[in-house]
Amino acid sequence: MADGYVVSNKYSGRYRGNQIWMSLCMAATFIGLGMLALILGALFWKGFAGLNVAVFTQMTPPPGSSGGLLNPIVGSLIMTVIGVIIGTPLGIMAGTYLAEYGQHSRLASVVRFINDILLSAPSIVIGLFIYELVVRPAGHFSGIAGGLALAIIVIPVVLRTTEDMLRLVPVQLREAAFALGMPRSFVIRRVVYSAAKAGMITGVLLAVARISGETAPLLFTALNNQFFSANINQPMASLPVVIFQFAGSPYKEWQDLAWAGALLITLTVLALSTAARALSTSRKK
Amino acid sequence: MADVALQSGKAAKELDRAAALKKFQLPDVAFAALTKGSAIMVLVILGGVILSLVGGSWPALSTFGFGFFTSSSWNPVTDKFGAAAAIYGTIITSLIALLIAVPLGIGIAVFLTERCPASLRRPIGIAVELLAGIPSIIYGIWGLFFFAPFLQQNVQPFLIATLGNVPGIGFLFAGPPYGIGILTAAFVLAVMILPFITSICRDVFETVPPMLKESAYGLGCTTWEVVKNVVIPYTRVGVIGGIMLALGRALGETMAVTFVIGNANRVGGSLLAPGTTISATIANEFTEATGDLYVSSLIALGLILFFITFVVLSCARLLLMRLDQKAGI
Repeated sequence: MADGYVVSNKYSGRYRGNQIWMSLCMAATFIGLGMLALILGALFWKGFAGLNVAVFTQMTPPPGSSGGLLNPIVGSLIMTVIGVIIGTPLGIMAGTYLAEYGQHSRLASVVRFINDILLSAPSIVIGLFIYELVVRPAGHFSGIAGGLALAIIVIPVVLRTTEDMLRLVPVQLREAAFALGMPRSFVIRRVVYSAAKAGMITGVLLAVARISGETAPLLFTALNNQFFSANINQPMASLPVVIFQFAGSPYKEWQDLAWAGALLITLTVLALSTAARALSTSRKK
Repeated sequence: MADVALQSGKAAKELDRAAALKKFQLPDVAFAALTKGSAIMVLVILGGVILSLVGGSWPALSTFGFGFFTSSSWNPVTDKFGAAAAIYGTIITSLIALLIAVPLGIGIAVFLTERCPASLRRPIGIAVELLAGIPSIIYGIWGLFFFAPFLQQNVQPFLIATLGNVPGIGFLFAGPPYGIGILTAAFVLAVMILPFITSICRDVFETVPPMLKESAYGLGCTTWEVVKNVVIPYTRVGVIGGIMLALGRALGETMAVTFVIGNANRVGGSLLAPGTTISATIANEFTEATGDLYVSSLIALGLILFFITFVVLSCARLLLMRLDQKAGI
């Protein structure tokens, strides 16, 4: 009768309240996971239906006929590479300054704060910035402008992870290197970087995952291009912008291609974040 | 003799060492300067964003003055532009999204930290982070093709029939079920920010010292009472910071909203009807905008958005920083 005693009249209200609130929390979890399942389910269902060899070998079609996504895939790859090539060194260098040189100085605190804001700043504003900075003076949209906009999104991500990862490197390692008479920059480059290499690569992977789905900053920097173009001084197609254009259209062929493109982007992002996760857990062991 | 040789050898060695050290000096200084320059670059980018937005929006702001913020007319034909409708849409969609996502997010975080079996904790945590990693355009396209028709056929008629007749708030749920509209955009935003709120809440809930919780359990508290009286008061600052961070995301979100908002310029009225947000207006109209005043007005919208998100995100960071300091001590 011990149970009956605990859940006596006096306590049954509290007991029931606990049951109700905890059930609500569990329900919230089911709703959240259900949403994930619904979104991924819809994406795989529609995406795999639209996916075929032509998607990778043909150009984007005119309205009402079938085609592929070759030019936006190539465009996305080119602009992502530009973004990473420009953004990564800047992010790593600035992260190095925060972790190794600046640390608690005023400059470092301000940069850290501003960087955290840039990390979640609306990406469409970055697009407007590059429009004013590059597109308007040049007089035309271009792939390089799109790459620059992506680079500005890469910097805060890489900066943040680099700083975090460098801080995890034990001070004793640095001291041992200093004791051997190594100058500071050599200690950082030869000892600290190699100890934190996996973590820094994780940061770059996360940054690529982040920019591979970015649409807003490309809309009015790289614009779009119906034809194949590897010229970074010309308007350039990209997967997200093509998805935006095609999904909003009334043509079934375009909508199918939009779903196929959406699936490609999601698979890329999932693969990148899985790789990043695997890398960071292998480092912990 | 041997002594002298040794000394001269020593001197030569000293000289060698000085020369060798000198060889390292330049790259050393250059590297330090390079890192510092890159750090300053972050500030330059922020300054550049603000300067370019202010410069680009100057024609519009000087033409319309303060009226730009209060006027809801948006007419490219007569060149009359006002931001009120876009600001209204941005704020109302984000607030409704928070209203839905905050209780859900806190609920999931409570379940994960207090009740979840250890074997499920990691998979569910990964699933939540997966949801956070999905690009926003995927939410947009899903919202357009699946969620909006679902709402139009099942949820909105129900809302019109029930809440639509309640005096006082009935006007919010009046009119035909369009499918796309302010409420749909808010729902999609809620799904999008849910993982951010969940993962921040989970992280701050885990900072509660187990001793505090165990003391409360030892006094006979139920799980819910521990959450309500120990965990939430202890982590209040962090939870509010996380909510502000999610608000910053929601305010600036473009693609998830643009697909389902309907792009109609209006203030007030039914939540079921189409509306617009700052980012949706820019995304929809920028490339088609002709005339300097039109482009400049769109950039002015961008400036307003940047200002609002900057304030919200700064508050969020300051709150979360306070929490870090507390944890540091």
